[in-house]
Amino acid sequence: MAVSRETIANGVLALLLLVVPLLAAASGETFYITLATRIVILALAALGLNIALGLGGLVSFGHAAFFGLGGYVAGILATHAFNGEAVLFGLPATTSMPVIWLVAVLLCGLVALPIGVISLRTSGVYFIMITLAFAQMIYYFAVSWPDYGGEDGLSLYVRNTFPGVNTTQPLPYFLICLGVLATAVCLFWLLRGSRFGAALEAARQNTTRLSAVGIAPFRIKLVAFVISAMVTGLAGALFADLNRFVSPSMLSWQMSGELIVLIILGGKGRLFGPIAGAMVYVMFEYALGDITERWQLFLGLVLLGVVLFARGGLLGLVAGRARHG
Amino acid sequence: MAEAILQLTDLRKNFGALKATDGVSLDLRAGEIHALIGPNGAGKSTLIHQISGSLTPDGGSIRFLGQDMAGLDMAARARRGLGRSFQISSLAPEFTALRNVMLAVQARQGSSFRFLRPVASDKSLTDPAMAMLERVGLENRANVPAAELSHGERRQLEVAIALALGPKAFLLDEPMAGLGPDGSKRLTGFLDALRHEAPILLVEHDMDAVFALADRISVLVYGRVIATGTVDEIRANPEVRRAYLGDTA
Ligand SMILES: Nc1ncnc2c1ncn2[C@@H]1O[C@H](COP(=O)(O)OP(=O)(O)OP(=O)(O)O)[C@@H](O)[C@H]1O
Ligand SMILES: [Mg+2]
Repeated sequence: MAVSRETIANGVLALLLLVVPLLAAASGETFYITLATRIVILALAALGLNIALGLGGLVSFGHAAFFGLGGYVAGILATHAFNGEAVLFGLPATTSMPVIWLVAVLLCGLVALPIGVISLRTSGVYFIMITLAFAQMIYYFAVSWPDYGGEDGLSLYVRNTFPGVNTTQPLPYFLICLGVLATAVCLFWLLRGSRFGAALEAARQNTTRLSAVGIAPFRIKLVAFVISAMVTGLAGALFADLNRFVSPSMLSWQMSGELIVLIILGGKGRLFGPIAGAMVYVMFEYALGDITERWQLFLGLVLLGVVLFARGGLLGLVAGRARHG
Repeated sequence: MAEAILQLTDLRKNFGALKATDGVSLDLRAGEIHALIGPNGAGKSTLIHQISGSLTPDGGSIRFLGQDMAGLDMAARARRGLGRSFQISSLAPEFTALRNVMLAVQARQGSSFRFLRPVASDKSLTDPAMAMLERVGLENRANVPAAELSHGERRQLEVAIALALGPKAFLLDEPMAGLGPDGSKRLTGFLDALRHEAPILLVEHDMDAVFALADRISVLVYGRVIATGTVDEIRANPEVRRAYLGDTA
C-alpha cells in the first residue's frame, strides 16, 4: 500500500513538533518551548472538538466551557492543595497532574451530558446557539463567583506535579503535553476507524440513512459530544498549568471560536488538522502579535482563503481530498 | 391464507387540509409481493414514511409481527426488521458503496458503541457487505463513493443496504425508477426471488414490473385505497381503469 500524501504531511508535522523544541532546549531558547507547548495544548483542545465537529458535524460553539472547566479544575485543586485545605466534602486537594486530569475529564463529561441531551434536540444554527448559550452561562458564573478570583482569574503558585518529572522546567512539561497529544491522536485515529466512528460519520452525512439501518443517531451524537468535551477539558487543565493561570477568558465565546478556527484552518475531521491549525494560529499570533494588535485580521484573511479555496483546510491543500476506504 | 406480517388499520395523515392518507387499511403477508400503485401525489411515499417511522400518523394503527409500532422511532422499527429503500436515494455520500452496506451489516450485528477495532479490516463486516453488493451486481463499484455512483447504481445500493439488514419485511419505494430497461428487468427477476426471504411492499410506477411481480395490488388515489386484488382483478376493475390505468390496459 502506498503511503498517502496526508500521512507524509502528518509525519513532517509530528517531526517538527518534536524536533523544534528539542533544538530550542539545546540552544537555551526556552521561549520557543513554551510556544510549542501552547501549540500542543491548543491542538489537543481542537482535537477534542474535532470529534464532535469534524467527525459528527456537530458545530459546537461552546467548547470553551469544557476548556475552561478543565482549567479551573487544575487551578482550584492546586490552590486548595497549596493552602492545605480540603476541596469539597473533606475530599483532599491535590497537585498531582494525573489526578487533576482525571477529575477534569470526568467533570467535563458530566457537564457535557446534560448540555448534549438538550442541544442535540436541535441541529444546524440552533445547535450552534444553544451550545453557545450554555458556555456563556458558565462564563458568567465564573465571572461572578468571587471565591476563585471572579473576573480576575486564579493564579497557580507553582506548576502541578507529575510523578518522576520536574514539571517546572519547560522541556519536561512540553514532553508531557506532547505525550498526551500523541495518545489522543492515536485514540482519535482508532475511534474514527471503529464501528462507532462509522456510525458517527454516517450521522454527519445523513441521519436518515443511519436511522433507516437501525442505529439511533441521537445516542451516537451524544456519546461523541461527551467524549469530545472530555478531551477539550483535559487540554484546559494542561493550559492552566502552562500559564499557571486560569481566568474566565478560557471560557469565553472567543475561545470557542478560536477552537473552531483551528479546525477549519487545519482541515475538518483530519487526524492532524488541529495540529496544523494550531501551528499556523500560534505562529501568526507570535510573528504578527508583536507588530500589530490586529494580527487576527491577517489570520482572518488566511481563514477566508481556506474556506473559499481549500475546503479541506491547509492539510487538504497538501494532501488532497479525504478518502473513506 | 398466510398470516399478515404487516397490518395497517384505518391509517390517517393530513398535511394541513390535504388528506395524504385517508383511512388506509392493508396488509402484507408472508411470501408475497404486495404492490402499491397510484398516480403521482396519491400518498404512496407518505404511507411508506409512516410505516418506517419517519412520519407520525394522525390516526389508525400499524402492527408489525404482532406488535404495535406506535411510539417506536425509525431506528427501532428498522431493528425490528423493517428494511426500507427510499424513492430519493438516501445514502452516506462520502462513504464508498461498500462502507454504506457495512454500516447496515454493523447495525444488524448489534451495538455500534465499539470504539477501537477498525472496521476496514473487519471481515465480519466486509464479507457480508461485499456479498450483498454482488447480489445486486455492484461488486465492481464497491470502492466508489456513493456520491459518484450513477443514479441507477444508487438505486441498487439502496436495495443492497436493505438486504444487508436481513429484514422481516421490505418497504421498497420505486426501486426501479431511473434504472433503464435492462436494470428494471434484472431487478424484477431479483425481487421475484426475494419475496421468499421476506415479503415486499412495493411502490412502483413501472406497470410491466408490477404486473409481472405482484401477488396482490392495492390502488391508492387521493390517499384512499380504491381497490385491492390480484393482477387480473385490478386489470379488470373499471374504477381503477378510469382513475389510474387510463383505460388503455
Ligand atoms: N411533508 C409534507 N408536507 C406537506 N405535504 C406533503 C408532504 N409530503 C407529501 N406531501 C403531499 O402529500 C401528497 C402525497 O405525496 P406522496 O409523496 O406520498 O405521493 P406519492 O404517491 O409518493 O407520489 P409520487 O408517485 O410522485 O412519488 C402530495 O400531494 C404531496 O405534495
Ligand atoms: Mg412517492
